Amino acid sequence: MSLPNSLSSLQPSNPAKPPGLLARLHLDLPLLTGLVLLCGYGLLVLYSAADQDLDQVRRQGLRLGLAFLAMFVVAQVPPGHLRRWSPWLFGVSVLMLLAVILFGEVGKGAQRWLDLGIFRFQPSELAKLTVPMMVAWYFAENPMPPTLPRALIGSGLTIVPVLLIAKQPDLGTALLVACAGIFVLFLAGISWRWILSLGVVISALTPLIWYLMRPYQRQRVLTFLDPERDPLGAGYHIIQSKIAVGSGGIYGKGWLNGTQSHLEFLPERTTDFIFAVLAEELGLTGVILLLGIYLFIITRGLFIATQAQDAFSRLLGGALTLVFSVYLIVNVGMVTGILPVVGVPLPLVSYGGTSLVTILAGFGILMSLHTHRKLLPT
Amino acid sequence: MARAKRSRKKPVKGPEELVRTYRGRRRVVLMLLYAAFVAVAWGAIDQQIMEGDFLRREGQLRHLRVVEMPAYRGMILDRYGEPLAISTPVDSVWADPRKLARNDAALKPLAKALELRPEALQRLLSKRKDRGFAYLKRRVNPDIAQRVSELHLDGVGLEREYRRYYPSGEVSAQLVGFTDVDDRGQEGLELSYEDWLRATPGRKRVLKDGRARVVKDVESVRAPEPGKDLVLSIDRRIQFLAYRELKAAVQEHQARAGTAVVLDVETGEVLAMVNQPSYNPNGRRDGRGGRLRNRAITDVLEPGSTIKPFTVAAALELGKIRPDGLVDTAPGYLRVGRNLVRDHHDLGRIDVSTVLSRSSNVGASRIALQMTPEEMWRLFSRLGFGAATGSTFPGETAGQLPEFSDWSRFEQATISFGYGLSVSVLQLARAYAVLAADGVARPASLLKVDAAEPGARVMSAQTARTVRTMLERVASADGTAPLAAIPGYRVAGKTGTARKSVAGGYAKDKYQALFAGMAPASSPRLVMVVMIDEPRAGKYYGGQVAAPVFAKVMAGALRLLNVAPDTEGPHDLRLASVGAAP
Repeated sequence: MSLPNSLSSLQPSNPAKPPGLLARLHLDLPLLTGLVLLCGYGLLVLYSAADQDLDQVRRQGLRLGLAFLAMFVVAQVPPGHLRRWSPWLFGVSVLMLLAVILFGEVGKGAQRWLDLGIFRFQPSELAKLTVPMMVAWYFAENPMPPTLPRALIGSGLTIVPVLLIAKQPDLGTALLVACAGIFVLFLAGISWRWILSLGVVISALTPLIWYLMRPYQRQRVLTFLDPERDPLGAGYHIIQSKIAVGSGGIYGKGWLNGTQSHLEFLPERTTDFIFAVLAEELGLTGVILLLGIYLFIITRGLFIATQAQDAFSRLLGGALTLVFSVYLIVNVGMVTGILPVVGVPLPLVSYGGTSLVTILAGFGILMSLHTHRKLLPT
Repeated sequence: MARAKRSRKKPVKGPEELVRTYRGRRRVVLMLLYAAFVAVAWGAIDQQIMEGDFLRREGQLRHLRVVEMPAYRGMILDRYGEPLAISTPVDSVWADPRKLARNDAALKPLAKALELRPEALQRLLSKRKDRGFAYLKRRVNPDIAQRVSELHLDGVGLEREYRRYYPSGEVSAQLVGFTDVDDRGQEGLELSYEDWLRATPGRKRVLKDGRARVVKDVESVRAPEPGKDLVLSIDRRIQFLAYRELKAAVQEHQARAGTAVVLDVETGEVLAMVNQPSYNPNGRRDGRGGRLRNRAITDVLEPGSTIKPFTVAAALELGKIRPDGLVDTAPGYLRVGRNLVRDHHDLGRIDVSTVLSRSSNVGASRIALQMTPEEMWRLFSRLGFGAATGSTFPGETAGQLPEFSDWSRFEQATISFGYGLSVSVLQLARAYAVLAADGVARPASLLKVDAAEPGARVMSAQTARTVRTMLERVASADGTAPLAAIPGYRVAGKTGTARKSVAGGYAKDKYQALFAGMAPASSPRLVMVVMIDEPRAGKYYGGQVAAPVFAKVMAGALRLLNVAPDTEGPHDLRLASVGAAP
């Protein structure tokens, strides 16, 4: 197979070689390595955070296995199929979100679950993938950059599911889904002027947003601004978490030796606040290692997005990677007290199954985008 | 790349341009992303490096706490090591009202477990709603503690404390006393030996978790020091015996109160000290009122006729009378200045021992008036009247012995038969112990004495023995107290029936019945004084009311101590009829 020089940049590896096993399985080695490293690291921290409960670690390992399987399956689907399915998948998720509102199950004070008989399902997780797919599909179907009406329609496609999710209420997921849509809009190249005016409008609407917030959400914002105003109530999480992170120092107290975490001062230490356990026990060193792995994954994701051959792939790949980064930043920002408390897990590290599947399926899409590129123009 | 791009419809921008736009956007996003990364990383660095020390300290404040390690208060034991007061571990229930306030549902089951009304518990909590600690119930029974801990409530915990338990209950209540809820002595020996008995709780640094449970001991700051045990001179068996008989007598004679003391002659140790009415020191604290007093030590009385043997002893010691000398008590009264001293009957010319056995006031006065006030005062004072016994018992009275220079002749006469001075029952017992110990005075001790003090000689052994021999007649058929006799043992003693002094003189119908005596008279081992206050069932003479208590307790005590009898065969003297005199 001979290729013109100008196309060599498209090749993931030496074009002279036949594609390797991983390529034939549609897996991307650097991305896979980063993800496996991250999950392994996460299990290690979870073992400590769960007070050395091997069962919990085993359950998380099983979920990770299922999520990797999902990633593998998704990676086999060519991007063209994904694009064609986008409107249908989007339609299904919106319907399911509506169904949740109408007959969903209540858990922990919010209506997020849909009981499908065999298993319970959180449609908002699906929306994290289908919303950027839909918006990317919509823009890619039309000439770029999008005109104002199209940009408004694209925004509408984002806002409807976001509102449905926010109504459950699940602020964290709504935020992530909104980000996914916004990233697609932004990457599609809508004019800076619109972005600026949107910013102005949002700032002007801030009081309205405050008015629309539920009391517990207002409480979170107030607590974020001054955690000490209610040290035993709403501020308790943040204060204990800051102490945990801060007392780690450079090298940490040692794996399994965190006092804040093991003495049950730290709330939600296996889930939303697992970063605090890591920071306390492994110190700044551990934090930098973790952030390094994330940065590597994100960089690789964005690289894949840039390498994509069509607008849909570029927009979707970029948005998925960026949402992953938002997860990270919101979670770590919350644990270190820089951002308000929003229930967003530390991606691929926090204990819990639902988001694992979505995140890794997202990476499956990225791998599919990368490994299904056509080597020659059709 | 550009060629690989598929452009549909009519593009506003060329594909190349589109890619450039995308790359530009990507760069902007990346910059924002890196900025966010740096912000987040800086957050961690700021907390871990800049504020690290502060936050580490804050963390330690939360999990490193210094807690008290409770320690046992010393036991109070009788002379053979039987416990009279003992500390048992119990739990106290506490709560963090701030945490509990957020858990309304917990209130009812908690109140039920604590056997409190929910409103009462609510009141307790709201009173301390801003605090982090409040006792809900101190020293609860184990079943309550068990029920509370089974509720597994956040903000409710148990604290190990010690509860004082008094195995002998009301028998030794006034003597031993009791402690308050914080284990501090409040009454009796618990109070006077507080420093000795008190435990110093230890302190240790511990690791506490978020629910305030102790997870691990880190280091000991100060070791707990249990209190020291206090060994009393009390013989629990004699104490029980004395209490039983005193209580029976107080009930039988419908008396207001009563007290009795048993002394060991050789060492001056108090073997028993009992009071009526009494209370249960293990029970509720209210309604104890006047039952708290250890009357043998804190209350004074006018000793009445029980003082006469010392008047006789003083005169004998000074050689003013001879043991076989006669005293003229006719015509049954004696004019001293403008006052009159009376006897119940005209006894005529009687010998000294009859003065005691028939308890003649005129005889005692005549003997006393042969001495100077100072001579008489000196012996009385050396017998310990008018001075505290040194027992350090709270509220101890020294009694009152007026200074001799103030004595009129009539006062000297009344003092000779026990009016115009006041003594405590313990002081009286101590004075009788001098007669019993052949004239040697030893301090009365509530604590066990290992080696008897040599003591101080107050009178010659000869005088003491003479008086003792005279006192044996008191318990004989022609004395005032045949009921004091004990089969197998010779008993020496003296009755007293003192009118109670009230405002403006002496009450007509209020008496204190007394008996002070010793046994076996040939070589006394024990001295006992019994006082019954205001017998109201008809009988009120010391010989009728107090002497039987003496006889029963003394007989039992002598047997318990294996004291050899000093007469042959049982003498049932109680069959003899008697005409008792005060």
